Amino acid sequence: MIGSEAKDLQAKKKEEVQSPAEQTRPGYVFTPAVDIYETDQKITVLADMPGVKPDDIMIDLKDNTLTISGDSEPPEASNELDVFREYRTGKYYRQFMLSEMIDQSKIEAEMKNGVLNLVLPKVEKATPRKITVKAS
Amino acid sequence: MLLRRLSSVPDYGFDTPFDEIERMRRQMDRLAGQLSGGSTSEQFAGVYPLINVTEDPDNYFIRAEVPGLNPDDIEINVTNDSFTISGERSSQTQEENARYHRKERETGKFSRVVTLPGMVDTEKAGAQNKNGVLTVTLPKSEASKPRQVAIKGS
Repeated sequence: MIGSEAKDLQAKKKEEVQSPAEQTRPGYVFTPAVDIYETDQKITVLADMPGVKPDDIMIDLKDNTLTISGDSEPPEASNELDVFREYRTGKYYRQFMLSEMIDQSKIEAEMKNGVLNLVLPKVEKATPRKITVKAS
Repeated sequence: MLLRRLSSVPDYGFDTPFDEIERMRRQMDRLAGQLSGGSTSEQFAGVYPLINVTEDPDNYFIRAEVPGLNPDDIEINVTNDSFTISGERSSQTQEENARYHRKERETGKFSRVVTLPGMVDTEKAGAQNKNGVLTVTLPKSEASKPRQVAIKGS
């Protein structure tokens, strides 16, 4: 992308998901937009979750299933009245299957400006050993 | 989805069962909106960022979800009756030879102008960015605030 002119950012509606379990509280559940990339050492997940406080993020890795969820409070004060509304607020929920073995003890997560940055280090593979066959 | 497809069946002026379904769907939408504290159905301007505008007796509040943007990346201009937000969202620094599985988070420039529902006092406007949600507070100008009028008895 070096040298190319930045394109215009497109407005996108937030994607609503069917929650896996029925909710006890009514509300919207959205799919966060993500970037996922990997290098030889780790997998990085970036997820847009605006309105979610760092304490309200839940990350769970179980049987190669990564679950990211986040709760957000409506930002409006109770005495505010809607003039118009283009987006809704609610929870975020998304699951991924990972094919790589992840070193659970070294997972790092950081939340900045509403973006979750999750680093999943891969388990170090046993270095291949060269076996020499002796001629008898 | 099924309902939407059914409701687009051309009707010939008769009161078809589809009309009934469509009516029910609208009613359900309204109910769902009331339950979650929302109001009328949302509009879509198709320009980034999407905004919500609310008011209390003294202020207008404009909110936008701008995840990944630093306060320095956003420029806000306010006149008495309009509001402009512009900036650029760049992709975060990536490592060398990263292989992508997904790339859904869009990047690029944006610029949007919104006509305000009433006059505001630009001197006292304020903005803050918290957890990726931008809130701009625009105090209503004295002239545009509703005023109670006393009726004199003759």
